[in-house]
Amino acid sequence: MAILLEVTDLHTHFSTPFGTVKAVNGITYTVNEGETVAIVGESGCGKSVGALSIMGLIADPPGKIENGHIRFMGEDLLTLTDEQLRRLRGRRLAMIFQEPMTSLNPLLTIGRQLCESLQTHLGYTRTEAVNRAAELLAMVGIADGGRRLKQYPHHLSGGMRQRIMIALALACEPKLIIADEPTTALDVTIQAQILELMKALTRRLNVALILITHNLGVVARYADRVNVMYAGKIVETGTARQVYALPSHPYTLGLMRSVPRVDQARLQRLIPIPGQPPDLTRLGRGCSYGPRCDFKTDRCDDESPSLVETAAGQCSACWNTKAVADSLGGGS
Amino acid sequence: MVTWIVATLVFFMLRAVPGDPLVAMLFDVGDPAAAEELRQKYGLDRPLFIQYVKWCGLLLQGDMGRSIYGSRVPVSTIIIEALPRTISLALLAFAIAIGIAIPAGIIAALRKNSFLDHATTLLAFLGLSMPDFWLAIMLIIVFAANLHWLPAIGYVPISQGVWPWLKHLILPAIAAGTAFSAIIARMIRSSMLEVIKTDYIQVARAKGLRKNTITLVHALPNALIPVITVMGIAFALLMATTVVIENVFSIKGLGRVLIQGILNRDYPVVQGAILVVSMIFIFINLLVDILYTVIDPRIRFE
Amino acid sequence: MQLATDDASRVDSPEDVSLLRRSRWTDWWLTVMHDKKALAGLVILAVFVFMGLFAPLIAPYDPNDMEYEMLAPPSRSHLLGTDDLGRDLLSRIIHGTRISFFIGFTTVALALVSGVFLGLTAGYYGGWRDHLIMRYIDLQWAFPNFIIAVYMVAVFGTGIFNLTIAISLAYVDDFARLARGMVLTIKQEPYVMAARAMGASNTRIMGTYVLPNATAPLIVQATVSVSYAILAEAALSFLGLGVESTTPTWGLILAEGRSFISRAWWVGVFPGLAIMLTVLSINFLGDALRDFMDVRETQDLM
Repeated sequence: MAILLEVTDLHTHFSTPFGTVKAVNGITYTVNEGETVAIVGESGCGKSVGALSIMGLIADPPGKIENGHIRFMGEDLLTLTDEQLRRLRGRRLAMIFQEPMTSLNPLLTIGRQLCESLQTHLGYTRTEAVNRAAELLAMVGIADGGRRLKQYPHHLSGGMRQRIMIALALACEPKLIIADEPTTALDVTIQAQILELMKALTRRLNVALILITHNLGVVARYADRVNVMYAGKIVETGTARQVYALPSHPYTLGLMRSVPRVDQARLQRLIPIPGQPPDLTRLGRGCSYGPRCDFKTDRCDDESPSLVETAAGQCSACWNTKAVADSLGGGS
Repeated sequence: MVTWIVATLVFFMLRAVPGDPLVAMLFDVGDPAAAEELRQKYGLDRPLFIQYVKWCGLLLQGDMGRSIYGSRVPVSTIIIEALPRTISLALLAFAIAIGIAIPAGIIAALRKNSFLDHATTLLAFLGLSMPDFWLAIMLIIVFAANLHWLPAIGYVPISQGVWPWLKHLILPAIAAGTAFSAIIARMIRSSMLEVIKTDYIQVARAKGLRKNTITLVHALPNALIPVITVMGIAFALLMATTVVIENVFSIKGLGRVLIQGILNRDYPVVQGAILVVSMIFIFINLLVDILYTVIDPRIRFE
Repeated sequence: MQLATDDASRVDSPEDVSLLRRSRWTDWWLTVMHDKKALAGLVILAVFVFMGLFAPLIAPYDPNDMEYEMLAPPSRSHLLGTDDLGRDLLSRIIHGTRISFFIGFTTVALALVSGVFLGLTAGYYGGWRDHLIMRYIDLQWAFPNFIIAVYMVAVFGTGIFNLTIAISLAYVDDFARLARGMVLTIKQEPYVMAARAMGASNTRIMGTYVLPNATAPLIVQATVSVSYAILAEAALSFLGLGVESTTPTWGLILAEGRSFISRAWWVGVFPGLAIMLTVLSINFLGDALRDFMDVRETQDLM
């Protein structure tokens, strides 16, 4: 499979009165065409900032991409002009946001908001755009598209609005969609519908998907590959199957143990990760997960580990991957 | 309903005054018998309630009584003559104010903390803090007395040509519109700043729309909603300013009629002017409510 | 604001927490010192208050002395020149400070106290009291504030006492509306319900919970109102509806000098400048207060 997106050593920092927040602090990963890659982590670990960096939507000031390359379809996005980037956004690169309730402009009809993308990027006429918009609605499972197009966002439920956001993302047949916690704000029953829809459509249209989530269950079911992020860095990467079955980083392990799983006995205790995520303005030289880690050794205080392959296609940024593997080997 | 209550209030408040309009007139007459005669002539000797009922009845027919002074011109005539002047002035002031405030507010918000933003903020503060009549005087000193570009006083009806009409109104309109413009510009700035932080603007950017489309189609209408809510209040300021400005530029509009009426203790005229001013204000607030529903679909359907 | 956050980030260990427990007033003071606009406002205001308090000591001449050259331009002996009756302009402006500040602060204090009383009563008790008070507020709302003040002067007559009453009446509804809104919001807060469930008396709840929480927006509103009241007094004096003509007030000085502005610019420029600087300084302070207390701009326009 051809590489679609290649993020290399990306650093995105924000200057605040408290100091410089290193929200994304050197991440490297790739996304192949048509593939679904999940990015998992706690809130504030830099997953959204990483996504917005790709979209070129980091507000400057206070944000700034300090370093790195983002190659997309053979072009380095960081070298493009604003205008070139704008032509790409919505056309080749699309994004779905977390809050469907506030993601649509309350003063414009659904149709208007769908059509303006088509008219801007594909030069459709008004009629062509309306026809295509109705098609798109049908595609995301909204019946009676003609009527819906004339409605305003406040007429629609959250699930319905997120379907529209998906239609919006798919409108110009992009190569990559970034979905930032697309189901977090929805009812549990709707969450599955939306995810299934996204999976089906991205498969069918061969669109790559970056799925940002904090939900490991979602990862296992919908992603091909996973990047686990902690404090602005990727600490583990691998196929969804590998990471889920045999996590090789203590943080991934901690994440899995702190979430209830239906397939485990009810008496199985949940083990929360102790402590708080680190202050991103004051990262030391050691491993940033060190203070919360069960496997910590002296080396972790002094040197920050980088990603090292632990199995074919699986990497972990940890000095003590053996100890982690041993703890899993010993049962659990 | 509101109008009726307002009218009643206007009537009774003025009658409750200790000062008698005749006291003023007596200086001219100087004779108790003559005063009594005058009292009867104006119906001021009858019980208050009778006066009130009569006044209401006449008001319904559009008759607001006659001026106590001079040739006893009917109040309605005075007001009908004054209205176009006030409306011309207020509309022009409004147009100039909005024409400056909206772009200024948008630019200040989009370039937050830039030189332009700071300059706009400072100007808005100055505009809000300057007494309108003083600004008017300053404008007269500069543009009328020294540069002789524009006339300092007076009014010419539009029927005598657009330019003469406009020429006489430019300075008053700037003086009357400045504070209003400052308020609106500041409102637009702060509400634009709120709006551009919203998710739907982020989405609009992610859609790759052009900057102008995002600003004018997506951000501005949303930013205008809170501005429209205070528009009614801002209009109160515009009307107050118009009253004062008319007096500076000797434009015989409602404001001048009102103040002259008070200075002369000419009750019927004061009553009529206050009544019309408050009716205009109520009407404008009604318009604002309608505008609100036009721009915001969420209200339209409720 | 900036400083407060700097401090917060400096707190590393639990021992330093006392730093955060600084009083609100200290915080406010520090904010002012770091906000150039607020600082400028404070300094200008202090100068004017000082001038007002010690007017007879500071003023170089008696403000009503007509013994000097008429319409003399600014010179060493008359820093701001003299007016058409040969009175020293600087002395008149210094004395004018007193009326402006007296009216500005007294009217707002009166309006604040009565408005808050009405608003609290209406909002807290609801029922017929709310109905009655709301009708009154709505009625007053049908008139622009300045027009109410003008009308009240027409009813009561001129003079400093009447003027104070007239202007404060004009602002009562703003405070009442704001206080009522705040009460209705705060009444729903869990801690107020809890206090009531525990049997706290009405007055106690109002005093300990409702009022302190409503202070921030009321203070901001009051500051804004002071600037408007000063402007209103100036405008009324200018129109001849103000205090007795023997008392020098800024509006009156301007009104008197108005006919001579083409020959003597100083009589037009300086009194207005005094008004503008005063109002500007209050607006700067009000703006800093608003930021500091985090009150939304929309609710306190006038």
